[in-house]
Amino acid sequence: MWNIAMKELRQLFLSPLAWSILAVVQIILGLVFASTVDSFLQPHVQAELAQISPNGVSLTDFIVVDLLSLTAVIVLLVSPLLTMRLISEERYNKTLPLLLSSPIPITKIVLGKYLGLMIFFVIMLLMILLMPLSLLLGGNLDFGQITSATLGILLFISLFVAIGLYISTLTSHPTVAAISTFGALFVLWIINWVGNGTEEKSELFTYLSIIEHYDGFLKGVVNTEDIIYYLLFITLFLILSIQHLDAERY
Amino acid sequence: MNTDTLISVRQLSRYYGELCAVNKVNFEIKRGQILGFLGPNGAGKSTIMQMLAGTLAPTEGEITIAGYDLIDFPLKAKAAIGYLPEQPPLYRDMLVNEFLTFCAHLHHIPRNQVKKAINYVIEQCNLAQVKNRLIRNLSKGYQQRIGIAQAIIHNPAVVILDEPTIGLDPIQVREIRNLIQMLGQEHSVILSTHILPEVQTVCNHVQIINHGQLILNDTVEGLLAHMHTTRLKVGFRHPPAIEKLQQLQSVSNVSPLETNYFLIEQSFEHSLAELIVEQSVIHGWGLFELTPERQTLEQIFVDLTKAESHDYSALEVV
Repeated sequence: MWNIAMKELRQLFLSPLAWSILAVVQIILGLVFASTVDSFLQPHVQAELAQISPNGVSLTDFIVVDLLSLTAVIVLLVSPLLTMRLISEERYNKTLPLLLSSPIPITKIVLGKYLGLMIFFVIMLLMILLMPLSLLLGGNLDFGQITSATLGILLFISLFVAIGLYISTLTSHPTVAAISTFGALFVLWIINWVGNGTEEKSELFTYLSIIEHYDGFLKGVVNTEDIIYYLLFITLFLILSIQHLDAERY
Repeated sequence: MNTDTLISVRQLSRYYGELCAVNKVNFEIKRGQILGFLGPNGAGKSTIMQMLAGTLAPTEGEITIAGYDLIDFPLKAKAAIGYLPEQPPLYRDMLVNEFLTFCAHLHHIPRNQVKKAINYVIEQCNLAQVKNRLIRNLSKGYQQRIGIAQAIIHNPAVVILDEPTIGLDPIQVREIRNLIQMLGQEHSVILSTHILPEVQTVCNHVQIINHGQLILNDTVEGLLAHMHTTRLKVGFRHPPAIEKLQQLQSVSNVSPLETNYFLIEQSFEHSLAELIVEQSVIHGWGLFELTPERQTLEQIFVDLTKAESHDYSALEVV
């Protein structure tokens, strides 16, 4: 399993894709981070913030939350490009038989690939988190909230990768996998818009919406209900991937 | 060498929807055999091989590899097999060394023996000059050899090679054939091909498959016995009457081809060529061409399938 995960990771870094994604993400978030810090320091912004709540809005709330909610948007755009490769590229290059004919159970093949890509995202996340952590040089941060927000984005990414992995098992064309994954993720994102404006909002759609389960973490609220939502869907899509790959032999 | 059974296949069938690709095939492979699967394209060779390698599940039937049932103990059965699919499964952006290391880990080779295993296959498959190059940049012949190296790295009891010489130039074909013969000394090898001479030079057993059915399972000598009729293509400047040729000793059939050419078939081994030359000189037929014609695979198929349908009709009469 580790062997497959490490191979996945190494192949990612052998391709220019991983490097360009890391660079683009870092540049975009860096710009956003710099401008947020800048506006936080403006006197009139401070004055507005003081009106919102008597204690003012903390540095963590203003900057870290902003940065990580934008990270979620970027992950939505970037993750299909990375997950599309997982299985469908193996199939496209006819390398899948190598894995399937080796004495490794399919569960481990799927988990290995999942793990490999997750390690990549953890690296990306660490690089993003370095930016707010640099504020420690001149300010105070709420570590509780940062930890909670990090846990949130990590679960968020894990779910996106699991969904992308499953869709990647369905096709032998990476591009098709990427577009379908993007579609699925986007629907999951906006599904709570259904019924907006009408009197009653569907409880089911609100529950399904990934954003509803992400906001809490950003505010520093670690809710077991949210964690269960993520774990439930991650497990579901991993099991579906394993099942689908196994069923393909029939 | 002990001759235990490494693969046994019973009543193996595979359907793709309605289409029956493999129909109730039975066979066994013993240690030390080099078995050639022979058949035209689309006969079901690759399907059988995929099922043996465990990448395709049989619709019906049982496969036992090195004593382990492929369905009940897939991991143990797969560990005894090295498989090269029709297209070598290579990660093109890896170095040869890197790729073989990955394969060694895939097959659970203990960490302290990985280096040894890689060096062994690099030597066997003659990859020493390219071991630090990108697989993407190598020629088809080298890629095929890396595919074989990948299949034998864990020293499996059975090596399955699906059309290992397809798309190679004649020199590379010869190299790969030598390699396969060398493998046959330590492993059992199954290879598929639609080239008859390949089976003759490399294999010691042959199975002919057509329309998903096993129509011949024999040694190579046995196959050659099936090619009992030999044909001569002859050309005369002054051709004699066709009856004259038919009256020659041991000639079974003469058919005129284009002007001045005849196809002469003979029923059993006899020096027919010598006789024709003699007669030509005596009667002044002006022999200018005499080519022995090998029976093609196509003809053997026709013969074998004919023979089979004949047998069936005989059974029905009884």
